[in-house]
Amino acid sequence: MTQIAERPETEQTTPPRSRLVVVGNGMSGARALEEILARGGGDRFAITVFGDEPYGNYNRILLSEVLANAAGSVVDNEDADDEIYLNPLDWYADNGITLHAGVRIVRIDRHAKVVLGDDGSVTPYDTLVLATGSRSFFPPMEGMWASRTALTRGVFGFRSLDDATSMLAHVKDHRTAVVIGGGLLGLEAAAGLQAHGVAVHVVHPTEVLMNQQLEAEASKVLRSKLQDRGMHMHLGVKTSEILTENGSVSGVRFTDGSDLACDMVVVTAGIRPNIGLAMVSGLETQRAIVVDDKMRSVDDDDIYVVGECAQHRGEVYGVVGPLWEQAAVLADVVTGADPDAEYHGSRLATKLKVAGVDVAQMGVKTPERSSDEFVQFSETGRGVYQTVVIRDGTLIGATLVGDVSKVAALTQAFDSRSALPEERIQLLFDLGSADDSSAVADLPDDTQICNCNGVSKGDLIACVEHGAESVSACTAQTRAGKGCGSCKGLVKEVVEAALGGAGAEDPADSYYVPGIPLDKPTLMREIRARELKSVSAVFAALAPEGREHVGSKMGLTALLRMMWPDDVVDERDGRFINDRVHANIQRDGTFSVVPRMSGGVTSPEQLRRIADVAEKHEIPMVKLTGGQRIDLLGVPKEKLQEVWADLDMPSGWAYGKSFRTVKTCVGTDFCRFGLGDSTQLGIDLEERYKGVEGPAKMKLAVSGCPRNCAESMVKDVGLVAVEGGEWQIYVGGAAGATIRKGDILATVDSHEEAIRLTGRFLQYYREHANWLERTYDFVPRMGLEYLQAVIVDDTEGIAAELDARMQETVDRYSDPWAADQQERTPGQFHDALPLVPLPQVPVR
Amino acid sequence: MSVEAKLGPVGQIPLGEGRAFLVGDEPVAVFRPRSGGLYALRAICPHRGGPLADGLTDGEVVMCPLHHHQFALADGTCRTGADDVAAYRATEEDGELVVRLG
Ligand code: SRM
Ligand SMILES: Cc1cc2nc3c(=O)[nH]c(=O)nc-3n(C[C@H](O)[C@H](O)[C@H](O)COP(=O)(O)OP(=O)(O)OC[C@H]3O[C@@H](n4cnc5c(N)ncnc54)[C@H](O)[C@@H]3O)c2cc1C
Ligand code: SF4
Ligand code: FES
Repeated sequence: MTQIAERPETEQTTPPRSRLVVVGNGMSGARALEEILARGGGDRFAITVFGDEPYGNYNRILLSEVLANAAGSVVDNEDADDEIYLNPLDWYADNGITLHAGVRIVRIDRHAKVVLGDDGSVTPYDTLVLATGSRSFFPPMEGMWASRTALTRGVFGFRSLDDATSMLAHVKDHRTAVVIGGGLLGLEAAAGLQAHGVAVHVVHPTEVLMNQQLEAEASKVLRSKLQDRGMHMHLGVKTSEILTENGSVSGVRFTDGSDLACDMVVVTAGIRPNIGLAMVSGLETQRAIVVDDKMRSVDDDDIYVVGECAQHRGEVYGVVGPLWEQAAVLADVVTGADPDAEYHGSRLATKLKVAGVDVAQMGVKTPERSSDEFVQFSETGRGVYQTVVIRDGTLIGATLVGDVSKVAALTQAFDSRSALPEERIQLLFDLGSADDSSAVADLPDDTQICNCNGVSKGDLIACVEHGAESVSACTAQTRAGKGCGSCKGLVKEVVEAALGGAGAEDPADSYYVPGIPLDKPTLMREIRARELKSVSAVFAALAPEGREHVGSKMGLTALLRMMWPDDVVDERDGRFINDRVHANIQRDGTFSVVPRMSGGVTSPEQLRRIADVAEKHEIPMVKLTGGQRIDLLGVPKEKLQEVWADLDMPSGWAYGKSFRTVKTCVGTDFCRFGLGDSTQLGIDLEERYKGVEGPAKMKLAVSGCPRNCAESMVKDVGLVAVEGGEWQIYVGGAAGATIRKGDILATVDSHEEAIRLTGRFLQYYREHANWLERTYDFVPRMGLEYLQAVIVDDTEGIAAELDARMQETVDRYSDPWAADQQERTPGQFHDALPLVPLPQVPVR
Repeated sequence: MSVEAKLGPVGQIPLGEGRAFLVGDEPVAVFRPRSGGLYALRAICPHRGGPLADGLTDGEVVMCPLHHHQFALADGTCRTGADDVAAYRATEEDGELVVRLG
């Protein structure tokens, strides 16, 4: 392994290269090398690197992922360009760097200018870089150590690749882990272990998790999110002893004397800089090795220090951002690229995903002087908590948990100390859009923004250049955001940026439909006051110049049908084609037919009938849907009535902005884990609320236990049976274009109550949601607590009315397939197209 | 060359909707907006062949049911960035619908 860098024979002709030795092959050592090479240091120096880990240089940050992914493969083969390796061994060879992996430097002889390795090697240097990083800190504790150097079997630190691999080997046959220390590393370790199905207990000495980054309130939000994910928290207690049995971990004891059984302990109680080498070599050390603004040891101009082992102006950093800045300064000075370069410290802005929860923190956590301003926003239902601290008009700190969408804007304000909006709360809201637009400003013009309709950033900008003055005008012209809708935010940012960043306030955003300049409550009031019962009457009375608007018809039709269940005037031209013919139009102009199959339960008789119909009408494809029923696809419009008649089943409303399906699991009838009769409850819900129309689709599910086989937690309304004969009612979940776990509206103890609250929630949603606003947007907009108050606790005294109006809708139900066996309008089922050959839906 | 076709009573198109007809070989969608008049466009959406006669209309434009491109009833120009569609003349003569191509 050892070899002293040899001078080439041609020494006389080319000047000898100066010898640069790096001790520590971690993230900052390697980064310093990269920076040095980037400044031509490869020609100037003969470079030798020592690292006491037996690997090339890897990305320590990814250890959390290594642990979570169970990916033994990631670490087995270090020659492969596995993601974790920053620079493969080839990289060292290609750059003429001599790497001694697995060799530890034990002393620096500063007079002789050599470093001494634990393998007996002696290596001369002209310039030395110390990048020895940190190690895990193990607090003194009974049971921690098996010997002077070896931890007790089952006890682990979390710092190195070896730590991660040995944990991975251990979790295979161990079930319960205690993580000592609820800081960033501890929570990452906990999440990683959880991914292996291990029960995880986090022990933290104060009530404030991640207290280095977070203050109490933010930490509380994080804690409840982690607890939701099943992590057990033991806060405000300390571990006093690790209990062992036959040399292996068997539990931990707390300072209050209580015990917790476990077969694994991970110690993440902090880190300590590796400064032993510097100390024995006579360099000034305090918490770490003391350096000047050129990243040099204050004792020796030939020794540079970088990374977690460096103490600069009293600060020791533990995240990579500052280390990168240090490495750049070091390289400037060492290579002479900029001999005057200086490091002045870093303002810490960290953005992390802690166990799946987004966290960002910069500057101070809480106000420190009485004149500091403190802005706080908390939405506990959604697990969001945000604060900013302002001093003398500039941002000196910000903490974001759960929603870090404003981090770019805040970081910019923090770094540039720029002027802040008068209304401070805008820092957490409006400002974001202005600044995120600087993020979208970086996107190349051909970036596809809307993936459904293939609209690029350039297309949107062209729209603005051609005179579009609002987001809605651009989306109308390009249809961006009108597919699955998930790009709407981005579209808005691009357009607003193109409009000059002013974020032109678009009043149309608040309209229920674009063609009538009124928000939903006002529109409903007008409709009621003037007794407007048809779409054309609404346009005549309320639209500018009484003009119809094509994009507003569907929304008005839906609203009127909800408001006047008894006597709405049925103008068929106000309906989308799907709602005119009660089927879903396909790409070739044919339609799909989905009969109702409540709760996803069918029968041999029904299946036989479906089979017969499919055969008789030569249905091109029969398919099981994602909604637990059967789709007959490719039915020509003029055949629809016949197919319905032959099926003799009710409509499944797969076409409408309406109550769709209730997916169920087998529940107590058959499942050995079933806690509630999910199948029956699902059927009952679907029979009752079938076809109820609303602002958007309503999809439900009922699961018989928290294993959640019917995916209830990601439904508009989802019910989950829990122990004790109770049902949890989740609302606002989604797993389509948006993924969102629903919030628990209530926990109830009977089917009747579950059905009633579901109906009440749906009625409230119908009356208050914007057109096309799914519950996943509606619930967070209204706020869970507010919805609970109104719907469960009836704080506004409207529960009975909501129930009554829902009952009225239910009573008025008629099956559209049966009702339209007679044509409602001339040519209702006439073909609109078959006149030329078109791409047909393939027959399988 | 112009083709003219008498297509039967206007009433076969419900008020506010459109219906498709064959005029010679040409599929034509005829619309009868509530605001009055009759309009005819080639029945096939230039975007991906959608059935324009099934679209919603407001007297000004028709919106294709497949991907919601909008075409002016009067002259077939697309308002949303797709190709234009051919527009034809539709009139009512003695209660009968007459469409002229060319
Ligand atoms: C048939 C089906 C796919 C299948 O073969 O399984 C289907 C087909 C369509 N879905 Fe879906 N969805 C189907 C289940 C789902 C599900 C799963 C579910 O219902 O459990 C989802 C995710 C759940 C949800 O909605 O959150 C789903 C999320 C969507 C979305 C995204 C909605 C969102 O806001 O996230 C759209 C687009 C939209 O609504 O604008 C969509 C739109 C569509 C449309 C209606 C597109 C359209 O407007 O024409 C598709 C009709 C195709 C056709 O030509 O018939 N479909 N779609 C499923 C019918 C289920 C049923 O029995 O009724
Ligand atoms: C699990 C985990 C997750 C993390 N996540 C994040 C994150 O999300 N964001 C973030 O910014 N930071 C994160 N960090 C911190 C980040 O990894 C460190 O800040 C960074 O690695 C420090 O770099 P360094 O070069 O100073 O130290 P190290 O990367 O530790 O490198 C020091 C190297 O020197 C070697 N060495 C020490 N002494 C000697 C010697 N005498 N002779 C030879 N070699 C020696 C060590 O073995 C080690 O290989 C995380 C850390 C861990 C462990
Ligand atoms: S059915 Fe498939 S292609 Fe159609 S909208 Fe749903 S996901 Fe998209
Ligand atoms: S086919 Fe008409 S808009 Fe796409």
